[in-house]
Amino acid sequence: MTPAGGGSASPAGAQTSPGTTGLASLAVLTVAATVIFIIWTATQLYDNAPPSGLGHWVLLAVSVAGAAASVALLRPAAAAVSDGRTARQMQVAGDAVGFRVHRARSRNSALVAMGSCLAAAVVALFVLFLLANNRAVQQTFFAPDMVSRSWLEVTKAFGTNLFIAVVGEVIVLAWGLVVALARLAPGPAGRPIAFLATAYIDAFRAVPAIIVIYLVGFGLPLAGVPVLSAMSPTWAAIFALALVYGAYVAEVYRAGIQSIHPSQMAAARSLGLSYSATMQSVIVPQAIRRVVPPLLNDFIGLQKDTSLVTVIGTVDAFTQAKIYSSNYFNLSSVTVVAALFIVITIPQTRFVDRMLARDQSRMQARG
Amino acid sequence: MPFLEIRSLHKSYGQVPVLKGIDLTVEQHQVICLIGASGCGKSTLLRCVNALEPINSGEIRLDGEVVSGEGTDVNRLRRDVGIVFQAFNLFPHMTVLDNITLAPRRVRGLDRSEAERRGRELLARVGLDGKASSYPDGLSGGQQQRVAIVRALAMNPRVLLLDEITSALDPELVAEVLDIVRELAAEGLTMLLATHEMSFAREVAHQVCFLHDGVILEQGPPEQIFGAPTQERTRAFLRRIIEAGRL
Ligand SMILES: Nc1ncnc2c1ncn2[C@@H]1O[C@H](COP(=O)(O)OP(=O)(O)O)[C@@H](O)[C@H]1O
Ligand SMILES: [Mg+2]
Repeated sequence: MTPAGGGSASPAGAQTSPGTTGLASLAVLTVAATVIFIIWTATQLYDNAPPSGLGHWVLLAVSVAGAAASVALLRPAAAAVSDGRTARQMQVAGDAVGFRVHRARSRNSALVAMGSCLAAAVVALFVLFLLANNRAVQQTFFAPDMVSRSWLEVTKAFGTNLFIAVVGEVIVLAWGLVVALARLAPGPAGRPIAFLATAYIDAFRAVPAIIVIYLVGFGLPLAGVPVLSAMSPTWAAIFALALVYGAYVAEVYRAGIQSIHPSQMAAARSLGLSYSATMQSVIVPQAIRRVVPPLLNDFIGLQKDTSLVTVIGTVDAFTQAKIYSSNYFNLSSVTVVAALFIVITIPQTRFVDRMLARDQSRMQARG
Repeated sequence: MPFLEIRSLHKSYGQVPVLKGIDLTVEQHQVICLIGASGCGKSTLLRCVNALEPINSGEIRLDGEVVSGEGTDVNRLRRDVGIVFQAFNLFPHMTVLDNITLAPRRVRGLDRSEAERRGRELLARVGLDGKASSYPDGLSGGQQQRVAIVRALAMNPRVLLLDEITSALDPELVAEVLDIVRELAAEGLTMLLATHEMSFAREVAHQVCFLHDGVILEQGPPEQIFGAPTQERTRAFLRRIIEAGRL
């Protein structure tokens, strides 16, 4: 690299910079290697296709599409080369600004090309991993016949997961707020209540959910507690998850309530509103707006933890899938469960991201 | 009988004494201005009168009734004593009209239509009838502070406390807020206000109190306090104000 000499006669950045063409060439080499690798992977994939039927045509289509798409990697590489060439011409012509602009574009395109190659290569490697050992991996996790045999029953059983999740979330929404308000109970009279709430929160954030589910699901019937012991496994699961997530959500609410500036409390109280009226009309409504994103995060956790109810014999999607997997020594039915969780979770995470981004921009707008 | 009477009021935050024996009498329909350096305890005094801060000793009487100390029904007291804050403290999740009608409905038990009718009337008086369904964020500082004044007035307070209500405003927005206070004074509302607007204090106040080191060091009609202060501390304070171009 050239030193940035203050007294240099030529404009800054106009010196030869060997890195520029180097990067473009490297991009071209990487793209060439990646395209060859992908085309080879595509042929492997097609070799593994069944000789006829739908599978044959699907795999053929995927192979051809993959190979064709890999050619798109050539575009940024070509751009890197052409901008690099333009940059050199401008350098020769003494146009320092033009040189800088095109050098930057060339570098950018080269980096885009190489980044895309990395992503494409990882996908190709995954395909090869599935094909490895005579398609053993694909057969174990993604066997089409196992998927088609099990998906209907598994998806039906997933209704139990959704039921537990939705009912649990509704309960947790109210219960968590009750616990949070108890933890913040004011004055000397509130102290024992606050202590109790704190003890509950500490305990249930410490104990793993699977153990709470186990204790509730098996323990309550054993102990013969009236009403509670008569609960079905599904309701025991809801009860257990509400206990665990009530503790988490209470802390989320508490953080939200405490984030409301004390001047809001002062303003409401100065108008003659009681503590509870102030909480109800002024503090909690503002707090809830702030805690929706972290609340949704906890809900996603709760939804995933519905799969733990399998330990007490609730027939959820995972339990159902395990019946297939142990009968056929194949895990594809469990993969179906995983896919179902992905399908319900991704929209929610995107929603949370959007809300967080919106809050962020609103805060910045307010300065 | 004096309307609002503060006797030997002491207040400390932890070990730090802030008010060290305040004696102040406010007659009905009087306007009293509190002046003094930043941090001298003006806000604290107003917050004590409104029972937003507990006091350590002394006594506050409203219309002859003791309204301080243990067992006071603070919510009742606050119906009669309104306060407007420096930072407006409007409820950001409510419309202007809901900000104003919340307390009349929840505390006085007015039904919504009655509360809203009165709220709109008051808003019209301060020139904000068009803003009833806006949210506070959409208003200028001056408009927000006018809403905050209306919010306090909606409870029909017998005394209004104003804590440097123009300090957070851009200079060009100060007048629209002070105009309202001027009007309220002319109508005879009893007011106790902390302010840095000395010319305004001189104009509306019946009495000016100079707070220093936790006590009212000097009190008198504005002509006396601004024209011929007897205490050296008062003179020094006013000199600094004049140097800062605020008188
Ligand atoms: N909540 C509080 N806790 C501790 N100290 C406080 C609190 N509020 C105010 N103070 C202190 O009390 C003194 C008086 O404050 P304040 O009444 O706000 O003064 P002013 O309104 O005249 O500027 C200041 O020294 C301030 O730091
Ligand atoms: Mg103050």
